[in-house]
Amino acid sequence: MTAPVLDQNLLAGNPKRRNKEKTVGAIFTVAAGLSLVVSLLIVGSLVFKAGSFLGDLINPPEDALAETRDGMISLSNLWSEQWAPRFMQFDIKTLLVASIIVTIVAMAVAGPIGLGAAIYLSEYASPRVRRILKPVLEVLAGIPSVVLGFFALRWIGPNVVANMFESAGNQSLLAAGLGVGLLTIPLVASISEDAMRSVPNALREASAGLGARKFTTSTKIVLPAAVSGLVAAFIVATSRAIGETMVVFLAAGGSGNSAQFTLSPLDRGATMTAAMASQASGTDGTIVETAFNSLFFVGAVLFVITLTLNVIADRFVRRVRQQY
Amino acid sequence: MALTAPIVDADKTAERVRARIESGGRDPKDIGFRWLMFGTLLFSLLVLSVLIYDVVGDSWSILSERFMDFLARPSRSRPDEAGVFTGLRGTFWIGVFVIVLSFPIGIGAAIYLEEYASGGWFTRLIDVNIRNLAGVPSVVYGILGFTIFVGFFNQRFSDANAFGKVTAAGGLTLAVLSLPIVIITSAEAIRAVPQSLREAGYGVGATKWEVVRNHVLPYAAPGILTGTLLSLARALGEAAPLILVGAIRGKLGSDAGFFDLRQLGEQFTAMPIMITEYASKPGEDWVPVTAAAIVILLLVVLGFNAAAVLLRNRFESKREGK
Repeated sequence: MTAPVLDQNLLAGNPKRRNKEKTVGAIFTVAAGLSLVVSLLIVGSLVFKAGSFLGDLINPPEDALAETRDGMISLSNLWSEQWAPRFMQFDIKTLLVASIIVTIVAMAVAGPIGLGAAIYLSEYASPRVRRILKPVLEVLAGIPSVVLGFFALRWIGPNVVANMFESAGNQSLLAAGLGVGLLTIPLVASISEDAMRSVPNALREASAGLGARKFTTSTKIVLPAAVSGLVAAFIVATSRAIGETMVVFLAAGGSGNSAQFTLSPLDRGATMTAAMASQASGTDGTIVETAFNSLFFVGAVLFVITLTLNVIADRFVRRVRQQY
Repeated sequence: MALTAPIVDADKTAERVRARIESGGRDPKDIGFRWLMFGTLLFSLLVLSVLIYDVVGDSWSILSERFMDFLARPSRSRPDEAGVFTGLRGTFWIGVFVIVLSFPIGIGAAIYLEEYASGGWFTRLIDVNIRNLAGVPSVVYGILGFTIFVGFFNQRFSDANAFGKVTAAGGLTLAVLSLPIVIITSAEAIRAVPQSLREAGYGVGATKWEVVRNHVLPYAAPGILTGTLLSLARALGEAAPLILVGAIRGKLGSDAGFFDLRQLGEQFTAMPIMITEYASKPGEDWVPVTAAAIVILLLVVLGFNAAAVLLRNRFESKREGK
């Protein structure tokens, strides 16, 4: 009796199985590669249309010139006194400042409240309490932004903002900012909680062993140890607040696709996102192409800002992972 | 290295320790801080309650008097005749697009990242890319939808009123929007599968795909399902990208039935868009209509959310009990 000889073919197994293996692997690779296509399409459509908008400013077409009062269009139209694409006024700082105001208000709400909720859930709540209270934040996170926009318009505007400040109307950047703040609380809370829970228990035990109370342990030990994650939470939330559209669209009152430059949160205004939405939802088909394309330019600016913030936040998140 | 001990006042420390022991851990500063932190959670709960109370209260006149009628009627110019039929129809089809396109592609990409990826430059590129895509504002996805999908359908469909701003364009846009979230949550679920399970599979001679199909996916299924349900809920609540894609606010040109495939190539709207439409109409008469539309959207979205959370809790406690 001779022992069966193991050759390469026998070890490699059934060729049918091998082929299937290769095909399946290729399918998954293509699926993953599609995400790259999505990115390329986003960047491509932004660059192409924003580029053609800037090109129009440098080399204005006839129909665009006809819309202006003085028959002049140049790059300086990007830095004038108001945002009114219909009249070729594309003052980007009007939108930027409104976005910044809304974001500051939102973070003033979501920062402390989200952080407080995270501290409670991570340091104080028993597993049972946590199971009951965590869903509150999850439900809040699940509320569509258009619903919070309506809430900001109907409730926060009249009942909170108009009550506190006499000069404010029902619609204001402040009301929108508060609405966006509510929207970002769960985001701040969940990233901060993750960061604090990844702080090793040994640190807490050491602190307690030295006689520190829980307050001291939380604020002097856990918070500093988790600081990278907390910074990441704030940056991610800031990026989300800048990119939030519907709350601002409904509650800030920057309607009619034009906005005056303002520094006051009590005024109405249009953020970058709201300007894009009202530009796109403009019912008039008569608007010239140059004016319409300004929306892609604003989109490109928004994209660059949020991408930068997200990349920075990612750095901080990775630092947490390296530490513990 | 010389150790420098901080100068300690022994009496003071002893005093403090004694106070701690005698108070039984009930330090006023500690309790105050604890309640302050609890208060922030309570604030979120309060906001949620006010929101739901306010919306349900505003919508009660419609929900109690003509609930079925409200579901069955399209957008009208009079508040007592308006309904959400067209919005529900659009939202349903958008959900179909998300489930059919972004779920399989997203889960496939997640399997690639967790099981097949070699860790080379391609993997790293895709990983970074997906995380950045997840942070892109939804309104920017609307720009993608407008230039790519609307542009494409504008040439394909002959419906002269739509200009390519059709249901299929909206559905594709939101499928693309939810893709990164599906990938990230599915990848997390797959990562949580114990390595021993895979090794056991390889040990008896299974191929990679056999291990993935028979062991990894069944184990990760609840986690994947939770993540995909959450991303579906998020997609159905999105309004901003649909505004960019050209969802109609007002009367639709299309009169297709709920399941009529014809509408994929016709003008469309969706629940969040209808809410925007009704919310921007002047006059108190529209408030109940808007609120009722919100209640219906919340039922859909929070329904998926609740299903996801329940599913996760169930499987978490099951696995822990093992």
